[in-house]
Amino acid sequence: MKRAFPILAILTAILLSYALYSALVVAPREQTMGDVQRIFYYHVPSAWTAFILFFINFGASVYYLIRRSTKADVIALVTAEVGVVFCTVVLVTGPIWAKPVWGIWWTWDLRLTLTLVLWLIYVSYLMLRRFSTSGQTPLIAAVLAVFGALDVPLVYFSIWFFRTQHPQPVIGGGGSIDPRMLHVLLLNWLAFSCFAALVCWSRYRLEMLHREVDEAQAMEALLQPSFVTGRNSVAVSQDKLRSTESAQ
Amino acid sequence: MSTAALTGATLFKDLRLEWRSKDAINSMLFFALLVVVIFSFSFDPTAEESRQIAGGLIWVAFLFAAIVALNQTWARELRNQVLDAYRVSPAPANALFLAKAFGNFLFVAVLECLMTPLFIVFYNLRALGPVWQLPIVAALGTWALVVNGTFFAAMSLRTRSREIMLPLILFPISIPALLGMVEATTSILTGEYSAKFWIVLLAAYDLVFTIASLLLFEPVLHAE
Amino acid sequence: MTYLYAAYAATWIIHIAYLSTLALRYKRLRDQVRELKAHSDE
Repeated sequence: MKRAFPILAILTAILLSYALYSALVVAPREQTMGDVQRIFYYHVPSAWTAFILFFINFGASVYYLIRRSTKADVIALVTAEVGVVFCTVVLVTGPIWAKPVWGIWWTWDLRLTLTLVLWLIYVSYLMLRRFSTSGQTPLIAAVLAVFGALDVPLVYFSIWFFRTQHPQPVIGGGGSIDPRMLHVLLLNWLAFSCFAALVCWSRYRLEMLHREVDEAQAMEALLQPSFVTGRNSVAVSQDKLRSTESAQ
Repeated sequence: MSTAALTGATLFKDLRLEWRSKDAINSMLFFALLVVVIFSFSFDPTAEESRQIAGGLIWVAFLFAAIVALNQTWARELRNQVLDAYRVSPAPANALFLAKAFGNFLFVAVLECLMTPLFIVFYNLRALGPVWQLPIVAALGTWALVVNGTFFAAMSLRTRSREIMLPLILFPISIPALLGMVEATTSILTGEYSAKFWIVLLAAYDLVFTIASLLLFEPVLHAE
Repeated sequence: MTYLYAAYAATWIIHIAYLSTLALRYKRLRDQVRELKAHSDE
């Protein structure tokens, strides 16, 4: 498994390069917006990837609540982190695209606002994980993730209706898409999905290693010789047990 | 003891304690008042404008004041290891949760009743829409804040910087409810739109998160 | 268009920044493992 990683990394890098080339050169120039429209090939796949990652986080959190599996907990953590990274990309490329095309950096339209709220929810999830002093952080985090996921449809409908009542410019509008553009879009999506999978895999291995090291350090602390008796705490407690048994 | 009886007993205990010390209510009231005054300096709206923004101002003030109440929800239980006593008792965890949630609801409701006349005076408010809808919006909105707030307060018990953790995790998830509350209130005050959609949204939000909280409270209570 | 390049650059800067933090944490873990191994050998 581990040997596959460098090969997959190189393949992904090639795929990403080809996707970039397609976005910049192969895809046809958009009529109204010009070359700036090509940001679309990075902005949209990042959004789709982020949403998929958050969905996996939801699944892993539910699985954790049912089965208490460590692997599920680590998957939840990993997908939330990488999801936030991709979500940040969406929130940064969005305004950079909007400014030259529509003249405004930001608008509280459905898509952008929903993305921002998702970002806020999952950043708060990551903060809870970081600040928690509980031994059952995975459980509490899983519960928060479930609450967050339940919230998403409610966020969607509330902003949708809000925008229906108070219409504003929609960034990135609808409409049909040229098949050549669709092809490049899907290619970039594939490339970024592979990239996301690899990053998640790395983060997963890192987290597993981190937990093993923590455990090993805890064991080491237990087996440290004490200053007074010159024997480690496990041996000391064994002594105590023996002396209480003989005293009875 | 049935769950309902247990909930009632715990709720009355909390209300009695609060009535004697009046800790939460006093700090909430004063905080809400301060927020109103500071907003007045920041915005200084005309009568026409106030109707547009009052909805938002009122609910932001109530939100911040509710955080004060929510933060102290479980603080009293942590002292003297009362929370541990609950955890080892055979009492259903939901009874405790509901008691705390209802208690908070009553505190915030009292705050709202006291603050609303003040808002009406400060901003010269007069509702142009159906006024009878306002208590419904207030009840649904307050429950939305309180049910999640009480639950998240329990979750943030075992965190560093507990008091800041609660708003950090509560606010993002409360966004649809906040939008609903503010928009419903503004619709009723200005009379320009119907608040029906927002009332339905708030009801749906309350339903979803009340059920989720009841289902998931027990493991959270027992997390150490 | 500068905006186009800014967007693409921003994307990769964000990704590279995250990957760098991962690499840093990995390096720190490796050091801890080495320390643990040294302690247990004593």
